[in-house]
Amino acid sequence: MSDHHEHSAHGGEEGHSPEHAHEHHEQSFLSKYVFSMDHKVIARQFLITAVVMALVGMVMSSLFRLQLGWPNHKFWLIEYLLGDHWGKGGTIDPNMYLALVTIHGTIMVFFLLTGGLSGTFANLLIPYQVGARDMASGFLNMLSFWFFLISSVVMLCSLFVEGGPASSGWTVYPPLSALPQAIPGSGTGMTLWLLSITLFVISALLGGLNYIITVFNMRTKGMSMTRLPLTIWAFLVTAILGVLSFPVLVSAVVLLLMDRTFGTSFYLSDIYIGGQALESSGGSPILYQHLFWFLGHPEVYIVLLPALGIASEVIATQARKPIFGYRAMIGSILAIGFLSFIVWGHHMFITGMNPFLGSVFVFTTLLIAIPSAVKAFNYITTLWKGNIKFTPAMLFAIGLVSTFVTGGVTGIILADSALDVPVHDTYFVVAHFHIVMGLSAVLGMFAGVYHWFPKLFLRQMNKKMGYLHFWLTFVCAYGTFFPMHFLGLAGVPRRYYTNSAFPMFDQLVNLNMLVSVFAIVGALAQFIFVFNFFYSMFRGPKSEQNPWHSNALEWTTPMAHTHGNWPGALPVVHRWAYDYSKPGKRLDYVPQTVPLEEGEIDGGGH
Amino acid sequence: MIQVLVYVAIVLLIITVAQLVRVFELASELKGAKSNEVNYKDHRTQGKLIMGFLIAFFAFFIWQVFNYKDMLLPEAASVHGKDLDWLMWFNMWLVIIVFFIINFLLFYFAYKYYSRPDSMATYYPHNNKLEMIWTVVPAIVLAVIIILGLKMWNTITEPASQDAIVIELYAKQFDWTARYAGKDNVLGRSNFKNIGGANALGMDTLDPAGLDDIVVHNELHIPVGKQIEFKINSRDVIHSAFMPHFRIQMNAVPGMTTSMHMTPSITTDEMRRKPYVIDQVKRINEIRAKKGEEPYEFNYILLCNKICGASHSNMQMNVVVDTQEQYDTWLGQQKAFFAKK
Ligand code: HEM
Ligand SMILES: [Cu+2]
Ligand SMILES: [Cu+2]
Repeated sequence: MSDHHEHSAHGGEEGHSPEHAHEHHEQSFLSKYVFSMDHKVIARQFLITAVVMALVGMVMSSLFRLQLGWPNHKFWLIEYLLGDHWGKGGTIDPNMYLALVTIHGTIMVFFLLTGGLSGTFANLLIPYQVGARDMASGFLNMLSFWFFLISSVVMLCSLFVEGGPASSGWTVYPPLSALPQAIPGSGTGMTLWLLSITLFVISALLGGLNYIITVFNMRTKGMSMTRLPLTIWAFLVTAILGVLSFPVLVSAVVLLLMDRTFGTSFYLSDIYIGGQALESSGGSPILYQHLFWFLGHPEVYIVLLPALGIASEVIATQARKPIFGYRAMIGSILAIGFLSFIVWGHHMFITGMNPFLGSVFVFTTLLIAIPSAVKAFNYITTLWKGNIKFTPAMLFAIGLVSTFVTGGVTGIILADSALDVPVHDTYFVVAHFHIVMGLSAVLGMFAGVYHWFPKLFLRQMNKKMGYLHFWLTFVCAYGTFFPMHFLGLAGVPRRYYTNSAFPMFDQLVNLNMLVSVFAIVGALAQFIFVFNFFYSMFRGPKSEQNPWHSNALEWTTPMAHTHGNWPGALPVVHRWAYDYSKPGKRLDYVPQTVPLEEGEIDGGGH
Repeated sequence: MIQVLVYVAIVLLIITVAQLVRVFELASELKGAKSNEVNYKDHRTQGKLIMGFLIAFFAFFIWQVFNYKDMLLPEAASVHGKDLDWLMWFNMWLVIIVFFIINFLLFYFAYKYYSRPDSMATYYPHNNKLEMIWTVVPAIVLAVIIILGLKMWNTITEPASQDAIVIELYAKQFDWTARYAGKDNVLGRSNFKNIGGANALGMDTLDPAGLDDIVVHNELHIPVGKQIEFKINSRDVIHSAFMPHFRIQMNAVPGMTTSMHMTPSITTDEMRRKPYVIDQVKRINEIRAKKGEEPYEFNYILLCNKICGASHSNMQMNVVVDTQEQYDTWLGQQKAFFAKK
């Protein structure tokens, strides 16, 4: 594909000899672990920050599940955690409920599954798997983490301000998010939310540009685009989606900030609130939604694609088989990436949009089902006649394929504008997006952590705790979100603090209780993971160099965090990453660095 | 004090668990086993667990269907809603079948091919024919789904007929107001700047079309069998007018009038006599009795379905579908808004 390219990338690297750099200046603790420009350290920083944020998001969901499961019950825990003002007497204040839902969604989507997922694994794996010494720009990469961290801190600070944090839903639609008169969370809390997201986008852009440049320019000799592991393809397309769509979110956010602080009216018109007619005129709240979802829909693939990439790698490695239909998988990733930019309107079918425009979005959205189906079938065929090793990572990867399908099929209903009408904004939607996006991405992220833990921390995670964690998580995940479909079909709206104002929903109290029990057990099970994670980081058994007998390049690096990754020259790649169980080979894997034999065809050709 | 004790207890617990894990690890290392390495026994156990999960998962699905099928919304009470429901369940069964097939294949293969000491994987990198099949078959199925869906979409979004009864649904934090267009079936102009005093909708006193408009706060009455066109407005934030029983929903957006229409097909009284509804109401009332709450009687409902603030979860209005005579009587009792003064 690009001979020239490979050579120049390789040649450019020669000058920089890693052992040299290492011998001559001992790094201080600060520059090694805090202001590090090393992709491996930055990956760990992202991961740990994301784990902390995820715990916050998870505790929030447990709190509001308590409220939804036992509406009139008083919980000591709620009063203790939320304090006298927001949790008075042990029940959640309605405004606080909305705040919790909002920050929970924001944290999960942006901080855990965008920043955390890409930040950890794109950083860890791109240089390793393309055979580079580090990211194109270590400095920008470091900045990317620091913007992420500051943005996380700002988001957490917003929990403690007067009026509470942002509470207009994670989509923060104006006018609700623009007018402090409308809801207390739209005061200082909302300003901090907007600030935090702006910082977050800066982080995502710095990271994304780096990932793209590294993949295009720094592949080692022999690593053509069609020899890249699918993880890298997924991270690459994810980064491109992010770079193209996140700036649009910033513009949406900046216009909202202007409406809030400088009295402009991009999104506001004809409003009478708090006993007063506002001056604003000529704006449209719908404009915001178009801008938001122009990011928002690609965002769900920004969340999903890395998880699917991780699953591809884990499933091929542990099934001891080449990933089925490698080229079709690349094609699907590209198709999904492209289509994800022209479907955003499916979130807006009932905003009064032109029905013909709605039809167009129905068409484009349902098209995405085709590459998605191809991916699912290819995973399944990869398992067929495999020699499956059930590591905890493999279980999580298989779980991901299941949730991707189970959640994906209900998307076919929601994408159909006519059918969306009766279920839009009900719990049917909550079930759909949690299963297809939340669970798939979280399971994929866990798969990644278990699989690459030896590269992250040089040790193994405890497998028994891994199994226990998987089964509790997987069972509780379906137990939590599957019944929500029925809530939705019974007409229960989302973002309701309580259903008790509607006698017709009284029959669903048992269902809600069941969901809450699963949710809380599932949340508690995550502490097994947290314990295993930190315990193994320090005391887990030391890992051998290539514990999963994988073909990819990261496992050719020594089990130490050497600056520059490979102590000697960069590896040279001779084959694709999926020669598992190839006939006529002594072992059931052939690392990418092993030269092709006489007459051997690369890339799965026979 | 108790807090401190709790924290101390948690920390001690974590340390104890950590030490226990360590002891187990050391003990098994002494025995020479690489206890943390995944081995054939694990593959077998996990493979079987996967198969067990598959069965339990499908059983859970079926259990839910049987348990919750009587709690779903009753049959659609509007003309288009009947067709929409048919299409909904057509699609639903389709995706349920896909759900079963794919989850079955996934978990079954995972179980069947778990690693045994002598097993080898088959090198099978691609098969263009197979891949073609599972690109083309979903494409055909989707084409059917799209065509049927868009036909339905066109029906529900086509302009309302000329003689549809026009009613404004006006949203504000946190209630709904309805305005009937009166004898001329034309709503008078309104503007948010006119809001004040009793004039909560900002009606224009100078517009003759508005003189006969009727404003209703607590209950929306509509006649069966007549097309109703709702014009939807909001004065503050976005709300959403959702009438689940009629399968209609449309956002209320400040600064912009949206609309939706439907023809109710079952009166409130008829609906109350449907066996499915009688059962539901009975079940609900048993639960309410236990909580010491008043019995409930079935009613259609308009609720807010877009997050709009603290009382979003209680922004509702009863909807009553009358026979034509009942409706005429009811309407006759209402006074035009401007006549009240
Ligand atoms: C610990 C397990 C989780 C539980 C029990 C849970 C539960 C919930 C519930 C009950 C809601 C409120 C629905 C509503 O009222 O509209 C919600 C909202 C949401 N959740 Fe989760 N969730 C969990 C994990 C996740 C994950 C992993 C994600 C990542 C995608 C996620 C993303 C969201 C989003 C985006 C919202 C919408 C927030 C909004 O309405 O603004 N959740 N969650
Ligand atoms: Cu979308
Ligand atoms: Cu509302």
